[in-house]
Amino acid sequence: MGGYIEQPRFSCALAGQQTVLAIPRALPVVHAGPGCSGKVFAFSATNAGFQGEGYGGGGAVSSTNTGETDVVFGGEPKLERFVGNALRVLDGDLFVILSGCTSGLIGDDVVRVAQQYARDGHPVIGAETPGFRGNSYVGHEIVVHEIIDQFVGDVTPAVRPGLVNVFASVPPQNPFWRGDLAEIKRVLEGIGLQVNILFGAGSAGISEWRDLPNAQFNLVLSPWVGLDAAELAEKKYGTPYLHLPFLPIGPELTGKTLRTIADFAGLPAGPVEEFIAHEELVFYDYFVSTADFVADYRNMIPSELYVVGDSAYALGATAFLVNELGFVPEGIYLTDDPPENRQSDIRQALSDIVADLGDGDPVPRFEIDGRAIQDSIRTRLHGSTKALILGSTWEDYLARETGNLSLHLSLPITNDVVIDRSYAGYRGGLRLMEDVYTSIFKAGDIADTTLTRNKQ
Amino acid sequence: MAMAHPVRLDLPEVEVREQRLRATVSYNGTARDLSRRSKNFSLVNHERGFEQCSTCQQGCAGIAYNVRGAAVVEHSPIGCAQPASAAMGINVANAARGLPDQSVNVLSTNLSESDTVYGGAEKLRATVREAKRRFSPDAIFVLSSCAAGIIGEDIEAVTSELQDELGIPVIPVFCEGFRSKIWISGIDATFHGILRQIVKPARKKQPDLVNVFNFEGSDTFTPLLGKLDLRANYVISLADVETLSRMSEAACTAHICETLATYPAKALEQEFGVPEVRSPPPFGISWTDAWLREIARITDREELAEQVIESEHKRLEPLLETMRAQLAGRRVYIFAGDSYAHSISNMLLDLGLDLIGVNTFHHDQTTDGGLEEADSLGQLVASKGDIGNFSVCDKQPFQMVKVLKDLQPDILIVRHTNMAVIGAKLGIPTIQDGDVNISAGYDGLIKLGERLLTAWRTRRIFQNIARHHRHPYSEWWMAQNDPFLLSSEPVA
Ligand code: SF4
Repeated sequence: MGGYIEQPRFSCALAGQQTVLAIPRALPVVHAGPGCSGKVFAFSATNAGFQGEGYGGGGAVSSTNTGETDVVFGGEPKLERFVGNALRVLDGDLFVILSGCTSGLIGDDVVRVAQQYARDGHPVIGAETPGFRGNSYVGHEIVVHEIIDQFVGDVTPAVRPGLVNVFASVPPQNPFWRGDLAEIKRVLEGIGLQVNILFGAGSAGISEWRDLPNAQFNLVLSPWVGLDAAELAEKKYGTPYLHLPFLPIGPELTGKTLRTIADFAGLPAGPVEEFIAHEELVFYDYFVSTADFVADYRNMIPSELYVVGDSAYALGATAFLVNELGFVPEGIYLTDDPPENRQSDIRQALSDIVADLGDGDPVPRFEIDGRAIQDSIRTRLHGSTKALILGSTWEDYLARETGNLSLHLSLPITNDVVIDRSYAGYRGGLRLMEDVYTSIFKAGDIADTTLTRNKQ
Repeated sequence: MAMAHPVRLDLPEVEVREQRLRATVSYNGTARDLSRRSKNFSLVNHERGFEQCSTCQQGCAGIAYNVRGAAVVEHSPIGCAQPASAAMGINVANAARGLPDQSVNVLSTNLSESDTVYGGAEKLRATVREAKRRFSPDAIFVLSSCAAGIIGEDIEAVTSELQDELGIPVIPVFCEGFRSKIWISGIDATFHGILRQIVKPARKKQPDLVNVFNFEGSDTFTPLLGKLDLRANYVISLADVETLSRMSEAACTAHICETLATYPAKALEQEFGVPEVRSPPPFGISWTDAWLREIARITDREELAEQVIESEHKRLEPLLETMRAQLAGRRVYIFAGDSYAHSISNMLLDLGLDLIGVNTFHHDQTTDGGLEEADSLGQLVASKGDIGNFSVCDKQPFQMVKVLKDLQPDILIVRHTNMAVIGAKLGIPTIQDGDVNISAGYDGLIKLGERLLTAWRTRRIFQNIARHHRHPYSEWWMAQNDPFLLSSEPVA
């Protein structure tokens, strides 16, 4: 929370509407002012590399578009009628009523209205997500919590060994959530698990959510987001959970992660090791094939690393780039505003997984004000043109201004189209290498000497 | 059109359009009927049983981002502040105008739950002071928000106190999203602040300067007005505070859109003696003629204007013939903001296209000046006749999908982000006409024709999208005959 923000890196809690939309055939019903849903969509999806409206998102989101009369007299009666009509007009499997600042402040009870419809057998729940309650990450947590609480509900689990629910990304606040979840699902299935990935095209939609209580365990791949869901499921269904505070990127971290998971799940070691060995064979075959390029162009490849992004991604990306590609970490700026009581764990996790943090700026820095991040990077650069800055479009401007390179890792991204890009796991590691090395040509033509043409 | 109220720059707030212009967001009929019924304000707004997300005036008040050298403080939780896309768009426009880059100086007060309980005035003060420190701006706009409005923040008191302290205009902009369904009310609110606190009485009249109210678009008007030895004073986007302060020195005020600018045009006439150009905006041949003639009349260049018009017509005619031949027979539908939809309609009819329907996002039943010559709908109907399938709704894809499925246009023209996708998903070649300036003037007609042709020639991608897309509407809804079924309960 805290003070003023320039260059915001997240939207408000109402961005939970994007969490709803990330579930196949789930639809948000927004009870907020006329511009809220569109603003949240513009930042969270459009500024995430133009991720589209999908099924019923974007301009098609139902919204009561709260007006002056609702603010004065209360908007609940109107909302009641509205939800009934939404159910008639729209074709969805789950409807989540989300409150914004207007309804939150005038005290309309979206959960009560939802329950009215739920009692008649309609798949409707409510989530209190007024913008002032927090940022996009908080909104995601609220929505997931309410889906488990109100929609999945109190059921007796029929546990299936080998089944895991994954809480790994805030869609599309992590711009690569679609590709990341696909890779995570792939590697987990690779070691012999069955996966409820819950979001994105790889999810079966609400049937997967209904199946959530039956999992052998829950997996949280993030320092703090997702813990609430795992704790709730533990309380409600007695499901144990494994918490790893990063998104695994590259073979070292992914292999380590898979072994930890396999261990927790009690999977036989043989097939797990076989899968990891095969993935590593493929990965390192590609990896070594870049050696010629890396060796010849060493002078042109940046070496100083700055990372601006949410803690889950920043940790994994830093580990891969430092441990495996030889970057020197210079600044790590975590922009997701984790609760204070999580911050020392995040610091610890970073030093656990990154081989050498150097003598960086107090690494990492928790910072939500874009200007403060940029000022800090500018100072630390000392005029260097050897830096790679992973961050948002704002960091592209900074990189251009200082003669450095940049690559996208976090929102807002307004100059890049993101489809299935992912830096997670084995395949993501390769993709990240490809993007890092290709980026050196973006600054102009270069030669395998030390010469560059057109470097801005 | 009935006579509108005078502009009240003595008051801190301008009334929203529902009250000031009796604007409406729901109508379905024909252009002539809409125009006729607006004359006696017989259209009312309806409570709708269902609707989809609209756009709010708080976002539109963000046009203040575009003032060069100014800063904007959004007194809101973080969701309301969206500077990233604007930052890029503004400098794309600067490049197109041959202007240097400008930075977008926006700070959000980042209101939290406890601020909604204990008040955010201290935070606002700190943020405005920080904006002064970070950006050294020439003026600071303070935008209100839903949350600030409901908890009753006294933005006026804080801004006037800080204006004294900081020695630059600190301008409150009252634009709480819930107060209006007409998002352009927010642009009125920002203009109102500029007119009250930035514009100064003329120090020295500049008889060859024409205020052109526009968005951040390409440089159409320097060459066009140049033919009359006049200079375009582009306001307010990309202009600096000093330039804005001198709007009073211009010979007259023109604009690209009555919806955008009849409020400041009227204010400049009433308070600063700058005459408003009495003509529809310069889109299509006859309206561009009328616009130039009117500017020439005010600036004493009537003979020159006739020569320019004659030679431009001569130059344009063969180009237009070729374009008409290529577009002949295409059926087009328009989905755009109020006056701009009328402007494109006028152009399409000049291009010889078959205009099969129009939807505007809202409709003002009058304009601020109440000028008949500037009433683009009235002018359209008078010169080109009636247009059927003419409706008004604030986006509402669930209705538009039905309208478009029914009418099956060959080409769709949209002016609003996130709306062109409706056409794309129906397999209709669609253009998003973001930059309005490029369509203005005589050449604008040809350029619009070229964009339409490109959309038509590349239609395979739209058809492919349509084949694989599933819309989220129920069978019941798609089977209803009336797309406007759920928008017809009148409210008091
Ligand atoms: S902060 Fe509040 S008013 Fe602003 S977009 Fe979010 S919910 Fe809406």
